[in-house]
Amino acid sequence: MTKGRIHSLESFGTVDGPGTRYVVFVQGCPMRCLYCHNPDTWAMTGGEEMDPEYIIEQYLHNEPFYRNGGGLTVTGGEPLMQVDFLIDLFTLCKQHNIHTCIDSSGIAYRPENTDFIAKLDKLMPLTDLVMLDIKHIDPTLHKKITGQPNDGILAFAKYLSDKGVDIWIRHVIVPNLTDDDKYLYDLGYFIGGLKTLRALDALPYHTMGKPKYEKLGIEYPLGDTPPMDKKDLIAKKEVILNGIRDRRRDDGESEHEICKKA
Amino acid sequence: MRSEWNGFVGGKWESEVNVRDFIQKNYTPYDGDDSFLAGPTQNTKDLWKMVLDLQKKERENGGVLDMDTKVVSTITSHGPGYLDKSKETIVGFQTDKPFKRSLQPYGGIRMAEKACSDNGYEVDPEISEFFSTHRKTHNAGCFDAYNQEMRACRTSHIITGLPDAYGRGRIIGDYRRVALYGIDFLLEDKQAQKDSTGRVMTDDVIRLREELSEQMTALKMMKEMAASYGCDISKPATNVQEAIQATYFGYLCAVKEQNGAAMSLGRTSTFIDCYAERDLKNGTFTEEQIQEFVDHFIMKLRCVKFARTPEYNQIFAGDPVWVTESIGGMGVDGRHMVTKMSFRYLHTLENLGAAPEPNLTVLWSTRLPQNFKKFCAKTSITTSSIQYENDDLMRPVHGDDYGIACCVSSMVIGKEMQFFGARANLAKCLLYALNGGIDEKTKKQVGPKYRPYDGDVLDYDKVMDLFIDMMEWQADVYVNTLNIIHYMHDKYCYERAEMALHDKDVKRYFATGIAGLSIVADSFSAMKYAKVECIRDEDGIITDFKITGDFPKYGNDDDRVDLIAKEVVHKFMTAVRRHHTYRNGIPTTSILTITSNVTYGKATGNTPDGRRAGQPFAPGANPMHGRDTHGAIASLSSVSKLPFNDAQDGISNTFTIIPAALGKEDQVFAGDIELDLNK
Repeated sequence: MTKGRIHSLESFGTVDGPGTRYVVFVQGCPMRCLYCHNPDTWAMTGGEEMDPEYIIEQYLHNEPFYRNGGGLTVTGGEPLMQVDFLIDLFTLCKQHNIHTCIDSSGIAYRPENTDFIAKLDKLMPLTDLVMLDIKHIDPTLHKKITGQPNDGILAFAKYLSDKGVDIWIRHVIVPNLTDDDKYLYDLGYFIGGLKTLRALDALPYHTMGKPKYEKLGIEYPLGDTPPMDKKDLIAKKEVILNGIRDRRRDDGESEHEICKKA
Repeated sequence: MRSEWNGFVGGKWESEVNVRDFIQKNYTPYDGDDSFLAGPTQNTKDLWKMVLDLQKKERENGGVLDMDTKVVSTITSHGPGYLDKSKETIVGFQTDKPFKRSLQPYGGIRMAEKACSDNGYEVDPEISEFFSTHRKTHNAGCFDAYNQEMRACRTSHIITGLPDAYGRGRIIGDYRRVALYGIDFLLEDKQAQKDSTGRVMTDDVIRLREELSEQMTALKMMKEMAASYGCDISKPATNVQEAIQATYFGYLCAVKEQNGAAMSLGRTSTFIDCYAERDLKNGTFTEEQIQEFVDHFIMKLRCVKFARTPEYNQIFAGDPVWVTESIGGMGVDGRHMVTKMSFRYLHTLENLGAAPEPNLTVLWSTRLPQNFKKFCAKTSITTSSIQYENDDLMRPVHGDDYGIACCVSSMVIGKEMQFFGARANLAKCLLYALNGGIDEKTKKQVGPKYRPYDGDVLDYDKVMDLFIDMMEWQADVYVNTLNIIHYMHDKYCYERAEMALHDKDVKRYFATGIAGLSIVADSFSAMKYAKVECIRDEDGIITDFKITGDFPKYGNDDDRVDLIAKEVVHKFMTAVRRHHTYRNGIPTTSILTITSNVTYGKATGNTPDGRRAGQPFAPGANPMHGRDTHGAIASLSSVSKLPFNDAQDGISNTFTIIPAALGKEDQVFAGDIELDLNK
C-alpha cells in the first residue's frame, strides 16, 4: 500500500461534499492561488506519512456519523499529486462501501502523460464524486491568480464528463478578482456542457486564512481585499447559472437540429 | 368513566394514579411537518411585551426588580398576581406580582438574608430572629452534624458546590397528575398510602407517615391557591386550557416552596396533547387558541425567579432555574412519542423569541420522525435554544416516561427522584495524592497523611496507585457529607409539594458528580507517553510540573488516553458504591459542570497535564480547551467512550459550532442543479 503524505485529518466535515464527511487533507500543492486559505498545505515535503489502512480504521471508528449520506473526502493540498495513494485508499473505501470524493483543482491532469492517465482510469471507477475547483475560465487570468495554466484543468473536466464521474464545480468568488460577470457567464457556459455536472458551489472569499500566512511568514497576497458579501455572492452565482442554462439550451437545440436531419 | 374523561380511552389509569398508562392509551403520534403551527395572538404579543419591559427594568435595577422581605413563601402565602388578567389564559405567579422574588429561608436563613442584602434589601428582623432562634434550617442542621474533615474539604474545594446552604432541587413532581386526576382523587390516594404503612413504628415508618401528612397538607394548599385564582383543581381538567393550567399550578406550588438548584418541569407535552387532540376533534378550541395557551404557559415558566446570592450565581453561571421540559423520545412499544404538542412547545421559541428557560430538551432517537428532526434542526439554527439528549441510551434504563432534571439527570416521572450531590474535584484529588493530602494552595493537611510521591519523574503506575487510594478517601468523605446534607434537607426543608406528586415508594438516586476528568486523563497520559518532572516548593510540596515530549490528549478519539478517562470514572464509581447512602439511595455519578468549571479552576493549582493554576477546567466531560484537534466527531467519540453505566446521572459535553461549519446555506449552494435550472 502506498502511504499518503497527510497534512491533517478532520472528523466532522460538513462543507466538503454531501453529508457529514471524514476529511483527509493531503500535503503538497503546485498551485499558488492568491486567495488560498491553506498555505500550510503547499509544501511537497512535511506533513505526516500515513497508511491508507490507518485512515480507514479512523473512519470506521465513527462510521455511524457518516453512514447517512456522508462519506470520505480527500482534499488538500492537491490530492491528485498522490494518485497512487488515492487508488489504494479508495480501493479500501469501496471494500467498506464508503462514498468517496476528491476535491481537486485538476492541475495534475496532463493528457500527454499516459502513465498518469492510466492511473486515473483506475481511480475513477472508485470515485463517486469529484469536486473540481475551477479558479478562472480565462487562461491569462488563471495564470495570474494561480501561477499555472488552465488548459489541463478544463481538459480534466471534460475527461470526468466523458468518464461519467459526477462533478460538483466549485468556484471562489473574490471581489475585484474573480467577480467579473463576463467571465462568470463564460464559466457557466463551459460547465453547462459537462454531462455529469451535479451541483455548483459558489464559495465566498473569506479572510480566515490570513493568520496562517502570518504564522508562516508569507506576505498575504490579497492585502485588504474585503470578504465576499453574501447577497452579492447570490447574484454572482445566478450569473454562472445563466451561463449553464444558455449552454444547456444551445446544446439541446443542436441535438434537436441533429434529430431533424436524421 | 368520569365525565371529565369522556372521549379518552380508559384503562388502568382510571382506578390508579398512572399517567403513563393514560398517555400510552390516548396519545396521537404526529408524523407531519410544522405547517399547522399558529403564530402569536395579539394578547400574546401584548403580554410578552410586558414581560420584556419588566426584564429590562430588572436589568436596569441591577438584576433584581423586587424582593419579598416579610412573607415567608408557602403555597398559599401570597394572593394572586397577574400581568394583565384580561389577557392571560394561563395564570399564576410565585408571589403577588410578577418579578417579585419570594423569601425562602428554610434552606438557610443566612443565605436568604445575604440574597436580600446583596441586592439592597433587608429581611424583616423578626423573620431573621425566628429562623435563627426558634426554627432550625437545613443549613444549620448540616453544620451541626459536619465533622472537622468535612468542613476542611468544603473550604479547600476538593468537594465543592455542596447543596448545604441552598435547596438541592432535582426533584420533579408529576405535575400532570393534578390535571388528570384533580386534587381530591390524589388526596384519597395519599390517605390510602398513609393507611397502608407498617404498624411497627420504626424510624422509617414514622418519617414516612409524617412526610405523607406533609404531602396531603401541600395538596390541600394547592387547591386553596388555585381557588384564589378562581380555578377549581379539585376535579380533573375538562379541556386543554384547564389541563395546562392545572399542570402549571402543580409546578407553581413547587417553586413557591423550593428555591432548588434545578426546578424542572418533567415531560408534559405529549400528555397535554391528548387534551388538545380531543378539543380539536370536538371543536372546543382552534389551533390558534391552543398555541396561545402554550405560549402563555411557557411565558409563565420564563418568569420563574429566585432570590440568590452572587456566589451562587458564580457556581451556576448566572441565575438558572432549570425548568427543563423533556420532549419527544420513543415509546417502548416502538411508536415515537412526538405529537403536535412537541412542535407547539418548540414553536414558542419562534412566537416569543429565543430564551434559555424553560430548558426545552429533545429526547433524541435516530428513529424520531424525519419531519420533527428537520423542525428541531431548523429551530436550533434560528434560536440556539434546544438541548438534545440521547433517548436511545436512557430509554433502556428508564422506559418511556422519564424526564430530565437540570441538564442531564434522568428519572422516571413521579416514581424516581434524586438527591443532588454537587461534585468531587478529581484534579485536586490527584494533587492531594502526590502531596500526601496536603492542599497545594493552602499547604494545610486536608486529606489523610498518606505517603507523598517521592520521585522526581512521575511514574504512571506509582501515581495511579496513590491516586486510587486518595480517591477512596475522597469518595468516603464526599458520600458521608452528602448523607448529612440529605438527612437535614428532608428534615428541615422537605419538598412536600413535589413529593405529593410522587408515588409512595420512590426510587431515590444518590447523585454524586466529578469535575476535572479530562485533566486527570491527560495528566496520566502525559506520565505514560511523555516525561513529567515534578517541581517542589520550599516546603517540599509539589506545586508545578515540567513536561518533556508530546502525549495523546483526551478528545481525539485516541484509545490510549480515552480509556484512562473511562477507567477513572469506573474507579471513582466503584469507590462511591462501597458506601452506605442515606435512605438506601442508589449511587450514581454525573460528569457535568456547566460553567462552574471556572470556579473549580480557580481553586486548583498547576496540574501534571500542563494546565496552569487558576485556569478553568473543561466543562463536564469535554476535552480541555484547544486540545481536541481532530474535529468534532473525534472529540465526541472520546466522550462517548465514558461508561454510562458508571455515570448514569449523565455525561455532558458542551459543544459550540459556528453555523457555517454545520453545512451550506441553501441560497449559496445550488445543489440539485437540475431543479434549479428549471426556474
